[in-house]
Amino acid sequence: MSADLVTSAIPSPIRTTLTPSREDTVVVNIGPSHPATHGTVQIVAELDGEKVLRTDVHCGYLHRGFEKECEDHTWHNLIPYVDRLNYCSALINNFAYCEGVEKLMGIEITPRTKYLRTLLAEYSRVADHLTCVAAQLMELGAMTAFLYLVTVRDHMYEHLAAITGARVTYSYGRIGGLAYDVPPGWFARLEEILVEYEDYVARVHALVDRNRIFIDRMRDVGVLSTADALHWGFTGPVLRSTGVPRDLRRDTPYLAYAELDFEVPVGIKGDNYDRYYVRMREMDESVYMMRQLVDLMPEGPINVDDHRCVFPEKQLVYTEIESLINHFKLVMEGPVVPAGDVYVAHEGANGELGFYMVSNGSGTPHKVHVRSPSFVHMGGIHRMLDGYQLADIVTSFGSVNMIGGECDR
Amino acid sequence: MYGKRLPILDMGPGLAGATGVGSLPLGGGAGSASLARPGQSKAASFEFLTTRKDELVGWARKFSLFPYPFVTACCAMEFMAVSASHYDTDRFGAALPRFSPRQADLLMVVGTVTQKQAPILLKVYEQMCEPKWVMAFGVCASTGGFYQNYASLPGIDRIIPVDIYVPGCPPRPEMVIDGIMRLQEKIAASPHPIINERF
Amino acid sequence: MGTEALLERLHAQYAPVTADGDSAEAPVGAVRSRGVSHGVLVLELDREALLDTVRALRDQHGFDLFLDVTAVDWPDAPLRFEVVWHFYSTADKVRVRLKTRVAADDAEVDSLTSLYGSAGYMERECHDMYGIRFRGNDDLRPILLYEGFRGHPLRKDYPKQKEQPLVPYRPPQSALVR
Repeated sequence: MSADLVTSAIPSPIRTTLTPSREDTVVVNIGPSHPATHGTVQIVAELDGEKVLRTDVHCGYLHRGFEKECEDHTWHNLIPYVDRLNYCSALINNFAYCEGVEKLMGIEITPRTKYLRTLLAEYSRVADHLTCVAAQLMELGAMTAFLYLVTVRDHMYEHLAAITGARVTYSYGRIGGLAYDVPPGWFARLEEILVEYEDYVARVHALVDRNRIFIDRMRDVGVLSTADALHWGFTGPVLRSTGVPRDLRRDTPYLAYAELDFEVPVGIKGDNYDRYYVRMREMDESVYMMRQLVDLMPEGPINVDDHRCVFPEKQLVYTEIESLINHFKLVMEGPVVPAGDVYVAHEGANGELGFYMVSNGSGTPHKVHVRSPSFVHMGGIHRMLDGYQLADIVTSFGSVNMIGGECDR
Repeated sequence: MYGKRLPILDMGPGLAGATGVGSLPLGGGAGSASLARPGQSKAASFEFLTTRKDELVGWARKFSLFPYPFVTACCAMEFMAVSASHYDTDRFGAALPRFSPRQADLLMVVGTVTQKQAPILLKVYEQMCEPKWVMAFGVCASTGGFYQNYASLPGIDRIIPVDIYVPGCPPRPEMVIDGIMRLQEKIAASPHPIINERF
Repeated sequence: MGTEALLERLHAQYAPVTADGDSAEAPVGAVRSRGVSHGVLVLELDREALLDTVRALRDQHGFDLFLDVTAVDWPDAPLRFEVVWHFYSTADKVRVRLKTRVAADDAEVDSLTSLYGSAGYMERECHDMYGIRFRGNDDLRPILLYEGFRGHPLRKDYPKQKEQPLVPYRPPQSALVR
């Protein structure tokens, strides 16, 4: 390897339009390999001392070609790929995708699957908010809160591994149902984890909520008005922090949300503190929903009895020719989905997570497009960064919870 | 197994990039499995001293790793888990991340590196000082994972040399710790040519 | 104004223009067809009618959230690209999909950046992936791809594994090990 720096000969992957507008301003580059920008976003900022005048946000450093992969794999084989979109709350992606395909095929899932999907979606939402708050607090310097919240999250991961087989990227949803049913003792352990969650979150509340430094750093920083938020496409906790109770689980209920009793927490000012608090309250609401779902959980099968998409029992595959052919066709060609297009939107942890799927009548999609909340938020985040201090970029960016896999797909 | 001294393999001078060690002639510093008794011959006692020095430097280096977490994607979740209290990397001396490559010696590439991110990875790697080691954390960093398309780099060893590959999508924290331990053995077993017979 | 009322108004206002130019209700713009797909009202337009229709949707009907713009590549069709927009009304909880078709050599539609700020990044992505040009959006730099990438990957004629590396590859690691 040569001693000269090779990188001087390599062209820059981006072109920024930001040039200093005055004599005394400086243009700096933050990222993309930066702890506060979650490793994949580059912010080119024009600074007047410590104050940020303008920013140019560049994402795309984690563009892994998800949509191109979609056109090459069967509908079933894409489930691991959709996991890795919003990898902090992977189950929500699974279920939104499966619901899209089920709508195209005209399948209605069984009641047990409906409730189980709702429960696991809320579980994933709690894990995502825990990660977001933990990372945000760590970036502020509150290492204790990070360690507390990641401890709880670790127990949740092990618990989810008991049902799905994996800790982070589960690939658990199936078209027409789920991969496995709940193992014995799982709900008892869930209650233990929820009690532990309440204990740790209470400690974090005690540490930061009325902490002078925390309030000084987060209050009135990154303020967003509702009109601005809607104009720039913000949804999810960011929109709710501005004061409007817009939540797809309440507005256009899907899965089992219509039968649950929950509140939609909203903020007051739309600043970073409100976004932190909205997430903390949303976690509490999710825990409340999970407890209701455990009580409401019906018995029954988890997969619909539809041979177009559900694999037959292994016992039958090895003994009957019809099941063998069915299995073969499902693996080699994929489930045949009638031609058409569908847009299905779920309330992801960051906002409206939409899947626009176009089928040409075969077992492979013609197109799958993800309407990713993080990507749209990156288009609007300059509204929260411009005019504030350089150090506020860290807190504002952390409060938006940009997930690279979802943003860049 | 941990702590056992591995036999030092005779690596030729052409492996400058593989272990991050400069291409110096490996004379007395290479050490050998058998120790020369003090007072035997000058070369033998020099070998004894340099072997002891190698062990000391190797011990110090392996237990004071300063990782640069080049974090991009889903493996970040397991990186956070392995750094937190349950699966602690602090037990292995590798807890303190240094977010400046100038101050770090272990580049942990956590997650997929895309073609767009590749120049940044190369720049960060070049800014690190010797001795440095690279861990490819996860299959995306090792081989590209299941993203075999126009956007994703099929493994970071296409652009920088890698010392340890930790596969998994994402790898369990125990696997990451196993990777760190194997890397520590490799570090301990590497020659440390600060002093050799001619110097 | 509730969900059903808004849907009725939209159905009434955006009646498709029939072949001889007449329709039962007052025509608004050149709406070719209208349907409902899994709970979403779908309007197929001519691209000239796009900006006026979207402005009417936003100002008169309360579609304050612009969700998405993307394109679908039908390589065998005469008008190759189908550009698709999605809008959402937060007050009435209604979704609307707008579609238009453009030819491969004339892949240009109006930009919505004058109406919605969020259109900026999404149009950049659509341009990156398909090569659709958005008239009125003067910032169509690559966003998911990088400077120097040639081609539009989501088109059906772009091979999936055609890499355009920025950093030249070094020889495989196994060749360096003894």
